[in-house]
Amino acid sequence: MKRMDRDAMARRVAQDIPEGAYVNLGIGLPTRVADFLPPDKEIFLQSENGLLGMGPAPAPGDEDPELINAGKQPVTLLPGGCFFHHADSFAMMRGGHLDICVLGAFQVSVRGDLANWHTGAADAIPAVGGAMDLAIGAKQVFVMMDLLTKAGGSKLVEQCDYPLTGLGCVSRVYTDLAIFEVGAGGARVIETVDGLGLEALRELTGLPLKQA
Amino acid sequence: MIDKSMSSPEAAVADIFDGASVMIGGFGAAGMPDRLIEALIAQGARDLTVINNNAGNGDAGLAALLREKRVRKIICSFPRQSDSHHFDALYRAGEIELELVPQGNLAARIHAAGAGLGAIFTPTGYGTLLAEGKEIREIDGRNHVLEYPIHADFALIKAQSGDRWGNLVYRKTARNFGPIMAMAAACTIAQVNEIVPLGALDPETVVTPGIFVQRVVMTMASAAAA
Repeated sequence: MKRMDRDAMARRVAQDIPEGAYVNLGIGLPTRVADFLPPDKEIFLQSENGLLGMGPAPAPGDEDPELINAGKQPVTLLPGGCFFHHADSFAMMRGGHLDICVLGAFQVSVRGDLANWHTGAADAIPAVGGAMDLAIGAKQVFVMMDLLTKAGGSKLVEQCDYPLTGLGCVSRVYTDLAIFEVGAGGARVIETVDGLGLEALRELTGLPLKQA
Repeated sequence: MIDKSMSSPEAAVADIFDGASVMIGGFGAAGMPDRLIEALIAQGARDLTVINNNAGNGDAGLAALLREKRVRKIICSFPRQSDSHHFDALYRAGEIELELVPQGNLAARIHAAGAGLGAIFTPTGYGTLLAEGKEIREIDGRNHVLEYPIHADFALIKAQSGDRWGNLVYRKTARNFGPIMAMAAACTIAQVNEIVPLGALDPETVVTPGIFVQRVVMTMASAAAA
């Protein structure tokens, strides 16, 4: 079997984002999805710090420290894009106006619980940012993550043991080995990489997975 | 004649008192009122409660205020960053209190204060550590957490242009928390890159109406906005 690399995962997520969608891409791996959105489709990228219609990184030398994304990296604004304050930005999330957000995760449960803000380690300094608002706000929450930890444990789990970000909020999980639907009905497999069967995936995750 | 413009950042922050609660605008460095913070450090007020999205980056601005040990408590959503070393050191030494608030709840609580609401019920954070011990109410089949407004004695914000009545427009993503912090503080002080004559700001595009702003101070465009 062949694991998907990060670009392949980002390309795969990008395929599932339809024209006209209002989308927030989380910090880290999800940001890469922007590089694979088809240029012939109009898709609106929202950034929590107050812009809609976010464009790619500027050319070297054209950076503006007052035009940044949620990761505080310089970005551009597309024609038709706009700026707004924080209460409006989070009203877009909480008010259910965003169609899709894509987030990273430490763990996702088969019911769609998300853990992505805190390892729970005693010496960790907690930071939450917009993670909890995004998790419960967007109409669909996609997670992008490796399926397995470095130690080989599954990050798709029966029940999260990291502190939760939101309950039952994730609808789909894109991993390097398979794509899952999660929710009240449990986890179902949408597709797997070549050479990985459903039974092998059940063994890797220790979960009673069904085919979608 | 009403003229809210101040002669200097130092004059604008002169009456910030020990123990005051101070909102500071900005998302990272974008929108951070660096000159007002420098003046506040020089002024010497201590035991401050600071409300900001972050807890300082690098060594300037809010990070410098923390380094000088002027801040007793910080209310923020995202303190831990690769360059938040001053906060990290104080936090690990137990020398600063942290109230961690999801970013949207932070915005909503600040907005609620400015709008005169007694409290809000928000779905954000339900079922998480950050809702522990808080009242939960099911509304329309969804669980919500009771959160209270965040008021402040002062707000220090940054805008692009202002006039002597305190009307403000912002620049790009430096707007972030400025408009809602202006509403929520008893005394809002805006650092602006230019003060323009009354009538020069298009009334259709004024973002913060002057009623929310008590003082305006023009500073040289900082390096961050050059």
